Amino acid sequence: MNHPTDLLYSKSHEWVKFLDENTALVGLTDYAQDALGDLVFVNLPEEGDEVTVGESFADVESVKAVSDVYSPVTGMVAEVNEELLDAPEKMNEAPYDAWLVRVENITEKQELLTAEEYIRFYESEGE
Amino acid sequence: MEKKTPLYEMHVKNGGKIVPFAGYLLPVQYEAGVIKEHMAVREACGLFDVSHMGEILCQGKDALDNLNYLLTNDYSDMYDGQARYSPMCNEQGGVVDDLIVYKVKENHYFIVVNAANREKDFDWMKKHAFGDAVFTDISDEIAQIALQGPKASEILSRLVSEKEIPQNYYSARFEGRIREIPCIISKTGYTGEAGFEFYVSAQDAPNLWQLLLETGKEDGLICCGLGARDTLRLEAAMPLYGHELNDERTPLEAGLRPFVKMKKKDFIGKTALEEKGEPQMRRVGLRAAGRGILRENLDVWAGEQKIGVTTSGTFCPYLKQAVAMAMVPREYAVLGAEVEVDVRGRKVASVVTAIPFYKRKK
Repeated sequence: MNHPTDLLYSKSHEWVKFLDENTALVGLTDYAQDALGDLVFVNLPEEGDEVTVGESFADVESVKAVSDVYSPVTGMVAEVNEELLDAPEKMNEAPYDAWLVRVENITEKQELLTAEEYIRFYESEGE
Repeated sequence: MEKKTPLYEMHVKNGGKIVPFAGYLLPVQYEAGVIKEHMAVREACGLFDVSHMGEILCQGKDALDNLNYLLTNDYSDMYDGQARYSPMCNEQGGVVDDLIVYKVKENHYFIVVNAANREKDFDWMKKHAFGDAVFTDISDEIAQIALQGPKASEILSRLVSEKEIPQNYYSARFEGRIREIPCIISKTGYTGEAGFEFYVSAQDAPNLWQLLLETGKEDGLICCGLGARDTLRLEAAMPLYGHELNDERTPLEAGLRPFVKMKKKDFIGKTALEEKGEPQMRRVGLRAAGRGILRENLDVWAGEQKIGVTTSGTFCPYLKQAVAMAMVPREYAVLGAEVEVDVRGRKVASVVTAIPFYKRKK
């Protein structure tokens, strides 16, 4: 399992890559995609939508189940990765290239974990 | 506390993702994932542990009369080794379970039931038994392995001589042997694909599993979990108890008319089915026309009216299409009828579609 050290992670299994202080890409972690299994569908917000810390902003579906994706930050959706609508499997194949949204005007972020902390977190969660 | 099947250790060793299901710990998928496992069965071959299924014997001079009274199908004209599917109804015409009965020989039948219903079924059978007929639950002694896919015959023929392999679909060889392992070789399955199911002693099960897996490797045989089993049966529109079938819905509503012999002299539920007459609700297939994946227990709408509910639904890996089965009033049970399915607050346009969604090329 791969968790790059230049990213930050939420306890609800999203990764965050800050492009600058107020802008970030958000995606699903390698751990999350592995736990969910083959993803076959994704529902994304629209450009201009507000996202709020801890609230669901998208959902992903595997063959068997639906899961909400929670926002680790509060801000505005500046861009959605429309490529995923037709190719949700990219979230399985390359979870760190397959960002879901680019959020701008970030005013709040939740407590995020480093890669090392995140691995420790999900390993203890699994016990 | 969930039970382990005799193959549990093999699943852990093979990287199975273990989940509790119907009282057993079983792999929902292996490392390949549901989609690859599903495709292996459609294009090559897959190996499934279905040891959670229950096995019950029915023996005695009145065994046949008991079965014909308990079950809606007719077992009078069976040859030795033949298998036949049937719903088992309650007095109200609802379904206690759906099962497969094999005729081993005169006065001796082998019944395969759903894991979750095993105790309910066994109690039901004993409660309604009459004359000389003894029901025996032998589930714990027996493991079941399914080999499913277009390569299944070829793989099996490398282990067993051709004449030992049952030729007819829905028949079995009871005194079967794969290499030195005694087992029942049955030409049946729950995937919509050609294949076999093997009933083997709990003790021999790991050896048979390993032997099949190694023999089929060159043909692309892989281990498959419950996830693929469900998407495969759904693509083939096979009903699953607890979804399309339950204690309240009749087999006629569920589209199982060919397995309900109303001309038979008597069986449990017959009077209720006669009184209910032509079913108002029907099982149909739905295909999502809009964006979204249909799941089970979603409301089906026609305009402003809620008309029914989905019973199973998923994204079908082979067809690459979101489909569902649903119960709708008969006037909507026509191909091409347009409805909507409420997917978590969003109405997804859907079309009544022929089932099975997938039919294998012969």
